Amino acid sequence: MTADSHHHPAEPAPIERRVTALEEVLTARGMVSAEFIDAVVHAYENDIGPMNGAVVVARAWCDPGYRQRLVANGTAAIGELGFGGPEGEHLVAVENTTSVHNVVVCTLCSCYPWPVLGLPPAWYKSPAYRARVVREPRMVLVEFGVNLPDDVEIRVWDSSAEARYLVIPRRPAGTDDLSEADLARLVTRDGMIGTALL
Amino acid sequence: MDGVHDVGGLHGFGPVVARVDEPVFGAEWERRCFGLVVSVAVAGLTGPSFTRMRAAIEAMAPDHYLSSPYYEHWLTAVASILVQAGLVDADELAERAGGAFPLASPPLPDPLAGGVPTAPTTTRFALGDRVRVRDLSPAGHTRCPRYVRRRVGVVARLHDHMVLPDLEAASGERLTEPVYGISFTAAELWGRGEGLVNVDLWDRYLEAT
Repeated sequence: MTADSHHHPAEPAPIERRVTALEEVLTARGMVSAEFIDAVVHAYENDIGPMNGAVVVARAWCDPGYRQRLVANGTAAIGELGFGGPEGEHLVAVENTTSVHNVVVCTLCSCYPWPVLGLPPAWYKSPAYRARVVREPRMVLVEFGVNLPDDVEIRVWDSSAEARYLVIPRRPAGTDDLSEADLARLVTRDGMIGTALL
Repeated sequence: MDGVHDVGGLHGFGPVVARVDEPVFGAEWERRCFGLVVSVAVAGLTGPSFTRMRAAIEAMAPDHYLSSPYYEHWLTAVASILVQAGLVDADELAERAGGAFPLASPPLPDPLAGGVPTAPTTTRFALGDRVRVRDLSPAGHTRCPRYVRRRVGVVARLHDHMVLPDLEAASGERLTEPVYGISFTAAELWGRGEGLVNVDLWDRYLEAT
């Protein structure tokens, strides 16, 4: 948004007034409640985010059997760890290797695997990312600081509304001694979208 | 629909601007808007999925869509659905907002122009088959992006049967049909370049080559 958003404007912006207007109308009719809205927001600000996906990735790094199940059926495998729910009913996990790098987009809207990554960052929803990454993925990745060897094949996954994609990044070198919990702390949101290396 | 939302492959949008340590919501109104829309959806007022929401976002005025932030799309779409369903009055919204409350157009009931609302139950294609994306251009909602139309790809994944969004957006009817992960080369899509783009496509978007 604008640089002014740090200040509380004396007059609410038109979009702020519109949100309030709809909330008032629906609250007055008993269709929604402030308590439920607060609970939803709280969940996505605190409990549902990339820290969940990081747990999934760390488990896949440590447990070859789990890694196989995750690639074979992402929804069932994240369910084993207690993750699931809206916008993640058909989760597909795709693995980065020494020869393949995966990156995820939704060109038509902003589909994203909510149960494991939470809500998408603004750039993921931007027309620039959606337009460009299917056409010039290597250039977009370079802009994100991801410089891949020329012989690494880039696979772009344009999400449908139903299937959502999670990238399993490559495990960083020199992490053999780390515990699964420590490994999870190395896994970033962008690593699981495919716009960062770990 | 052939709308401005269908941006895959377009030129001219400039660099991707990624902010470091971005909060989950960029502003208080975005927090309220997200919670409000999820509340309405959970209450069942926008249908059993987000399909009608997506269709309503696509039916926003093109200049409004491109010039407004993401959660404004959500607000506009949910208000439009509630107004179209007669659950909320557009004038009341504008009055309470103290100004214009732009809404999306009603949905266009044109699921895959000429398509019949029956779903194939058999999986027509096998892994490795070459398929062509049909040259469809429905006025209504679809999940077939423009940049793969008429292009040839290879079946790389067999998904579960999934609800056809085109029909659900147009009539509310939920038919499932096979969905395939189709892998396209950059050369096929753009005439040059490297790598593969995978797009999940419903059975009726495809034809045998």
